[in-house]
Amino acid sequence: MATSTIILKTEALRKTFKVGFWGRQVTALEGLDLEVRQGEVFGFLGPNGAGKTTTLKILMGLIYPTSGQAWLFGKPIGDRDSKARLGFLPESPYFYDYLTGAEFLRFYGDLFGLSVSVVNRRIGELLELVGMTHARDLQLRKFSKGMLQRIGIAQALINDPELVVLDEPMSGLDPIGRKEIRDLILRLKEEGKTIFFSSHILHDAEMLCDRVSILVKGRLVAMGRVSDLIGADSTHSIEVLVEGLGSDGLAQVKPLTEKVTVTGDRALLILKGQQSVNEVLERIRTAKAKLISLTPHNSSLEDLFIRQVREQRGEE
Amino acid sequence: MIARILSISLNSFRENLREKLLYNLLIFALLMIGSSILLSRITIGDYHRLILDIGLASINLFGVLIAIFVGIGLVSKEIDRKTIYTIVSKPIPRYAFLLGKYFGLVITLLANTAVMVLGLLVVLYVMDVPITGLFFQSIGLIFLELMVITAVALLFSTFTSSTLSAIFTLGIYVIGHMSGDLKELAKKLDEISQAIINVVYYVLPNLERFNLKGHVIHGLDFGASDMALTISYGLTYAGLLLLLAGIIFQRRDFQ
Repeated sequence: MATSTIILKTEALRKTFKVGFWGRQVTALEGLDLEVRQGEVFGFLGPNGAGKTTTLKILMGLIYPTSGQAWLFGKPIGDRDSKARLGFLPESPYFYDYLTGAEFLRFYGDLFGLSVSVVNRRIGELLELVGMTHARDLQLRKFSKGMLQRIGIAQALINDPELVVLDEPMSGLDPIGRKEIRDLILRLKEEGKTIFFSSHILHDAEMLCDRVSILVKGRLVAMGRVSDLIGADSTHSIEVLVEGLGSDGLAQVKPLTEKVTVTGDRALLILKGQQSVNEVLERIRTAKAKLISLTPHNSSLEDLFIRQVREQRGEE
Repeated sequence: MIARILSISLNSFRENLREKLLYNLLIFALLMIGSSILLSRITIGDYHRLILDIGLASINLFGVLIAIFVGIGLVSKEIDRKTIYTIVSKPIPRYAFLLGKYFGLVITLLANTAVMVLGLLVVLYVMDVPITGLFFQSIGLIFLELMVITAVALLFSTFTSSTLSAIFTLGIYVIGHMSGDLKELAKKLDEISQAIINVVYYVLPNLERFNLKGHVIHGLDFGASDMALTISYGLTYAGLLLLLAGIIFQRRDFQ
C-alpha cells in the first residue's frame, strides 16, 4: 500500500477569508498536508467548520489557496486532464431541478465531452447503480433528499473517474440511505477507484475507510490507518449474537467469553478484546449455530476524535 | 470546447424557458404591440408612425427587461444555488461556463424577439403599414443592443448580488441612452466636469447608436457602412465586457 501511487497531495495548504465589512481575516485552513493513495478509501473527518469543505473546494478548483500547493494525479490543481479523471459530489447539492434524471446526467456527460453513445450507456448503468431507474424521466424538483444525493453520486461518476471526491455524502440521510451510500462506496472501491470523502459521521468512516485524517480548526491533528490511530488494544469488547447454539455449543464457547446471556434460543456472548474472536466463531461454526451479529464495541475513533477536538479547542 | 459551451447554453436556455417572468413580459409586450391598433383608431392623421413607434419601442423595452432580469441571475443564481460547484469541477475552463450562460440568454432573447417581431408584423400587416428593409435593420440593431445589455448584466452578475446587478445594469441602460445628451451638457460645464463626462461617455456604451426608430418612422436611410460600423461597435463592446467578466470570474472564489 505504501508504495502505491499518490493521487492527491497537498502541501502546507492555507486559506484565509476576509469577512464582514472591515475585511477581518479568518483562517479556514492552516498548513494542511495530505496524501491520498491510489485505491484507498480516505475519510476526511472533522467537526463542522473545521475546513473540510474549504479543502475540497480548493482541490476542485472552486477557490484558490492563499498559500501552499495541491496536486491531483501529480499535476497542480486546476489541470483539465486531471479534472477529466475526477468525480465530485458537493455537500447537500442543489441541481437544476427542471431537468429529468436522464437529462441531468446527459448534461454532465456533455461537459466531459463524452460521445452520445457513451453517455447513453453510462446513464443506463449509473441509474441502475444508484437504484434510480424509476427516476429517469422524473424532474429533479420532485426528488427526495436521498434521491438527490444518489443522482448526485451518479453525476460524479458519469466520466468513470479514477478519483471520487464526496463532500459529506451521508449527511442528512436516513439509516437506509446511509447504508446505500456506504455500499456504493465499497462497490466503487472494488472497482479500483480511489475515494476521498469528508464526513463528521465517524461510525460510517470507521466502517469504510482505509485511512482517515482528522481536521480541527483548519489543522490536521491526526492522519493514518484507523487501526493505527486508535491503537491495537482499543477494542473494549465484542458482542456476538448467536442462534441455536445448544447447550453443548454453549459449553464450548463459554470459557472464551467474558459473559453469556441466554434468551430463549439465542445467546449473547461478550468477548473481551479481539484475541478470542476467531476461535469463538470457529466453535460456533462447528456447533452449526447461526451467527446473528458481531458488534465490536469500540467507538474509539469517536473517542480519538473527541479527544483531539477537545485538545485543540483547549489550546485556544 | 464549442460543443461543451453549447451544451451549457442549451441547458441555460431550457432553464430560461421555465421562467414565468419571461412569459409575463412577453404577454405584456404583445399586449402593448396590439394596443397600438386601438391607439391608432383614435389618432388623427398618420397612424403608421404611431404603430411602428409603439411596436419597436415595446420590443426594445421588453427585450431589455428580459435581458436584465434574466441576465443578472445567470451567474449569481448558479453560485447561490451551488450548481456551479459541479460545473467548475468539470474539465471545462471557467470562461467557457460564462460564454455558455451568455449565449444561453442570447438564444432566449432571440426566441423572444422573434415572437415579438412576429406579433408586430401581424399588426403591421393588418393595419396596412408598409414593411421596409429598414424595419428589419432596426430590429437587428435592437437585438444587438440586447446582446450588449446582456453582457453588462453578466459582467455585474460575476461579482455582485442580483439586486445590485439589476440596479447597475438599469443605470447603464438609462445613461447609455443619454450619453449623447451628456456630451452636449458637458459643453456648458467647466473643464474638470467636461473631462469626467467625456470619460463616462467613452467608457459607457452609447446605446442610442442602436436606435433606428427615427429612421424607420421617418423613412430615413441607414446605409450599409453605417450599419457595419454600428454592428462592429456593438460586437466589440459586448466582447470586451465578456472578456472583463471572464477575467473577474476566473479570479474569484466560489464560497
